[in-house]
Amino acid sequence: MTTLVSLAPPRRLVSLTIDGKGIEAPEGSTILEACRTQGTEIPTLCYLETLHPVNVCRVCVVEVEGSRVLVPSCSRRVEPGMVVKTQSERVVHSRKMVLEFLASSVDLSTTPEVARWLGEYAARPDRYGPPAPPAAAGARDGLEPGHHDPVEPGFRATVAQPTKIDNELYLRDYGKCILCYKCVEACGTDHQNTFALTVAGRGFDARISTEFAVELPRSACVYCGNCIAVCPTGALMFKSEYDHRAAGTWDESRQTVTQTICPYCGVGCNLELHVQDNEIVKVTSPLDHDVTEGNLCIKGRFGWQFVQNRASEERPQGG
Amino acid sequence: MDLHLLDAAPTPAERAAIDAFLGPPKDGWTGGAREPQDAHTAAGGHHSRSQRHLLLPALLAVQRRVGWISAGSLMYLCQRLTIPPADAYGVATFYALLPTAPRPPRVVHVCDDIGCRVRGAEAVCAELERTVGPAHHPPTGTSHELPAIGSGWIRSPCLGLCEEAPAALLTQAGATPVERLFGNATAGRIAAVLAGNDSTADQTRAPIPQAGDPDLLLLRRVDRIDPTDLDAYRAHGGYQALRLALDLGPDGVIREIADSKLAGRGGAAFPTGRKWDAVAKQPVRPHYVVCNADESEPGTFKDRVIMEKDPYSVVEAMTVAGFATGSEQGFIYLRGEYPLARTRLQHAIDQATSRGLLGDNIMSRPVRFTIEIRVGAGAYICGEETAIFNSIEGFRGEPRNKPPFPVQIGLFGKPTVVNNVETLVNVLEVLRLGGPQYAAIGTAGSTGTRLFCLSGHVARPGVYEVPSGTTLRRLLELAGGVAGGRALKAVLLGGAAGGFVRADEIDLPLSFEATRAAGATLGSGVVMVFDDTTDFADILRRIAAFFRDESCGQCVPCRVGTVRQEEALHRLQAHRPIGGTAAELALLDEIGLAMKDASICGLGQTAYSAVESAIKRLKLFDGVAPR
Repeated sequence: MTTLVSLAPPRRLVSLTIDGKGIEAPEGSTILEACRTQGTEIPTLCYLETLHPVNVCRVCVVEVEGSRVLVPSCSRRVEPGMVVKTQSERVVHSRKMVLEFLASSVDLSTTPEVARWLGEYAARPDRYGPPAPPAAAGARDGLEPGHHDPVEPGFRATVAQPTKIDNELYLRDYGKCILCYKCVEACGTDHQNTFALTVAGRGFDARISTEFAVELPRSACVYCGNCIAVCPTGALMFKSEYDHRAAGTWDESRQTVTQTICPYCGVGCNLELHVQDNEIVKVTSPLDHDVTEGNLCIKGRFGWQFVQNRASEERPQGG
Repeated sequence: MDLHLLDAAPTPAERAAIDAFLGPPKDGWTGGAREPQDAHTAAGGHHSRSQRHLLLPALLAVQRRVGWISAGSLMYLCQRLTIPPADAYGVATFYALLPTAPRPPRVVHVCDDIGCRVRGAEAVCAELERTVGPAHHPPTGTSHELPAIGSGWIRSPCLGLCEEAPAALLTQAGATPVERLFGNATAGRIAAVLAGNDSTADQTRAPIPQAGDPDLLLLRRVDRIDPTDLDAYRAHGGYQALRLALDLGPDGVIREIADSKLAGRGGAAFPTGRKWDAVAKQPVRPHYVVCNADESEPGTFKDRVIMEKDPYSVVEAMTVAGFATGSEQGFIYLRGEYPLARTRLQHAIDQATSRGLLGDNIMSRPVRFTIEIRVGAGAYICGEETAIFNSIEGFRGEPRNKPPFPVQIGLFGKPTVVNNVETLVNVLEVLRLGGPQYAAIGTAGSTGTRLFCLSGHVARPGVYEVPSGTTLRRLLELAGGVAGGRALKAVLLGGAAGGFVRADEIDLPLSFEATRAAGATLGSGVVMVFDDTTDFADILRRIAAFFRDESCGQCVPCRVGTVRQEEALHRLQAHRPIGGTAAELALLDEIGLAMKDASICGLGQTAYSAVESAIKRLKLFDGVAPR
C-alpha cells in the first residue's frame, strides 16, 4: 500500500512551557496538540480533529500566564514563551463545573469517557436538586428567546425530552445533546454542505433544529449520517443501535469491526462494519483518512442490507 | 447552492414586504416567475453568498409588515438570498423581536427589568393580567400557520427609558408600521394603546436635568437645539471637529486621541487611541467603523439620549473615526427598541449626505465615508463587540473567540474599529479642546467627563454629565438624592454586569482606578439607586433571569451556569435552600467563578458580578435562616 506524504513545508518550532516543563511545538499548532504530543491528557467534548474548533464546551480550558480568563486549548495556538498550566486550581475548578453543568442538565449515559472524568474531577451533578419533569414532545422547539418559565424551586432544569424518531435510518435524542455544534458543522461548511441542521433559539433553550423543527424527511437532510459520525454523546444514533439498546441486546464486547471498501462507486471510501452476531449494526469510516475524513454518503452509511439479504435469499438462477 | 425549501408560500403582504426591501426577484432561481432561459443560467457563487448580511434587515421588514416570521416568508427570503432555510431559522430564533410563531400585529412590550421594577412595573403587569389578560404566549402544537390578529402584551428586559420608568415599547405591524418607545406606562395607558387609542405619537422626552448648564461638554447641545436641524448643529460647534481632523490628517487625529487618554465608555475601558492606531496600521483593506449603539445593559440609556437629541454628533464622530482609521464604510448597530433614535439618526445621515458631509468628497476633500444603520432585534449579546459582527453579517449573534481581535479580523473578516456611542462623541471634544487639554479634565487615570444614567429610587432620574472622578455622593446630590427622602440602601454601579455598593460607600470617586480599587466598576455608567424598601432578593432574581434569557447559549459555563445561578437564587428567595443558606452561597460562588473564568465572552464573565456584590458587599443573605 502506498503511503501518502505531506508536501507542506516544515514548520518552525515554538518554545513554550507546559506544567513547568519546557517543550517545543510546531508553529501554528494548538495548545491541545502540544499537550497531547507530550502526553498530557486534556478532556475534550466539542473538539474533533476533522472539524474547525468551536471551543464551546470549555472542558479543555487551560490557564495561560498573562491571560485574565482561562483559554480553550483546542483553538488557542501556541506562542513563543507561553506558560501554560493544565492542572491549576482554576482549571480544575472550571472543568469540574463544566462537567457538573453538563451532567446535571443532559443525559450523558452514552457519552464515552465522561463518567471517568466526572469521577476524576469530583463533580457532583446531583447537588442542584432533583431534575424537573422532562419537556413534552416538541415543547422545547417552540421556546422563544428572551423569555422562560423558571422551574419549581428545588428542582433543576434539564433538556430531557422524548427522542425524535421520524425515519428508519437514525434518530435524534436531544435529551443527550450537549450542543457541541459538531453535527451542524459536519452538515454545513466543514463537510457536507447540506445545511439541514442549525442551532435555533438562545441560551439554555438553544437546540439543534431543522427549519421550523420539521421532521427530517421534510428537511434538507440527505441521510449521509456524517452528523452521527461526529456526535460525541450518542444523541444522534443509528436506528439499528437504538433498537438493540432498547431491546437490551446491544453488546459491544460481542462486536467485531471489519474494514472494507464501499462497493457502490469509484471513490472507494473506507468502511468499518460493526458486526454483532453476524449482523451489521452500524457503519463508520476512519477519521484519519486523508480524503474522506470519516465521511460517507447514504449508500455507504446505511445501504448494507444487501449484505444481510444475500445469505438468506435464494440467488435467482440464469440471466 | 441547491436549496431544499419547505412547501410554504409567502402571503402577498409578506412577499411585498420582502420585495420592497430587496427589490423584485431577478429570475426564477431567486423567487421570480420561471422563464425558459433560467435553465441556462446558474445561481449561486460569491454574489449570492455576499447577500447574507441582508438577512436580518429583511427579517425585520417582514416583522414590521405582519408581526411574525412565518414559514412561507422565511422560505421566500431564503430563495431570494440563497440561504439554507435551517440557517435562516437559526438566525430568526436568536432574536426576541422576531417570533417564528404567530404573534398579534399590535404588541406592547412592557419592561419588567430592575429599573422599572422599583418603579412599579410588576404592579403594571399584574393590572394588565387582570384587565387585558395574561401576557402573550406562543401557540403550541399545529396552530403555526393560523393568521394572527388583534393585540397582546409581553414582558421585556430593560428598554433603556429608565428615566421615565416604567417603560414600554409599542410595535404595530402593518402597511404603515408603528414602533414607539414610551415612558410613564401605566396599565391604563397600555390597555388603551392595545385597544387602538394610541397616546404615544408625541415622542417628546423629558429634558435632561442639567439642560442649559454651561459646563456640559458631551451634552451641551442636548435639549438646546432642534435635533433635526443641521444648521443649528453647525451653529453650536458642529462639524468643527471634522474640519480640524481633516487638517490634522489621520496620524494627527490618532495622536490627539492618544494624548487625551480617552478610554472606551461601553464598559471595557480600552484606550481608544490604541484601538484606532491598530486598525489604521493594518495593511488589509477595507477597514470598517462600527458604532456600537446596541445599548442594552439594564439601566443604561445615555447613548439613546445622545442619539435622539444630538444625532449629528454621532454621525460627525463616526466620520472622524473613518478618516483616522482609513475606513470608508461605517455601520451604526442600533438596538431595535430605539425607534426614535433610528428616525433621528437616519435623518441626520440623509441631511449630512445631501450637504456633502458624508459621501464621496467630504467637505470638498478627497475623503469618502458612508454610514448605514443596522437595527438589532432584541438580543443583549449583540452589543458584544464580536457578536455585533455576526449579527450584521446575517449570522446568529454569537460572540467569536478572541484572539483574533476586531482590529485584526472584524466585520466581514476585515480590520474594524468598534466604539460605543459615548466614546465616539468624546472624540469631538478631544479634537475641539486638544488631546492634552482634554486629558486635564477628570483624573489622571480617567480623563474627560462621563455620562451617568441615574435611575431607580432617585428624585431626578436622567443622564448626568460630570468630570470623571466625581464622587457618587456628589452625583446623587445633583440628582436630588433618594426619592421621597427615604434612606439609601445601595447603588447598582455599572448595570447588571456591574455591582452594588453600600450606602456608606458613596464617597467613592467615579473613576476607573478608584472603582477598580474598590472592587466595583463604572461599566456602562449605570447608577441605579435603591432605597430601604427594596426587595433585593427579587432584584437579584430578575438580574439572574436576565442573564439566563440573554445568554447566547454557545458555551456551557454561561448557558447552564446562568440557569443554575437563577435556580439557587430562586431557592434562597423561596426559603428552600439545599443544604442551608451557607451551602447555597458557596455553590453560587463556585458557579460564578466558573462563569467568570471559562465563559467565551463578557456576558458569562460578568453574569455573577452583581449577585456576588449583593452577597459579599451588601451581605444580603447574612442571618437569613431557612424556614
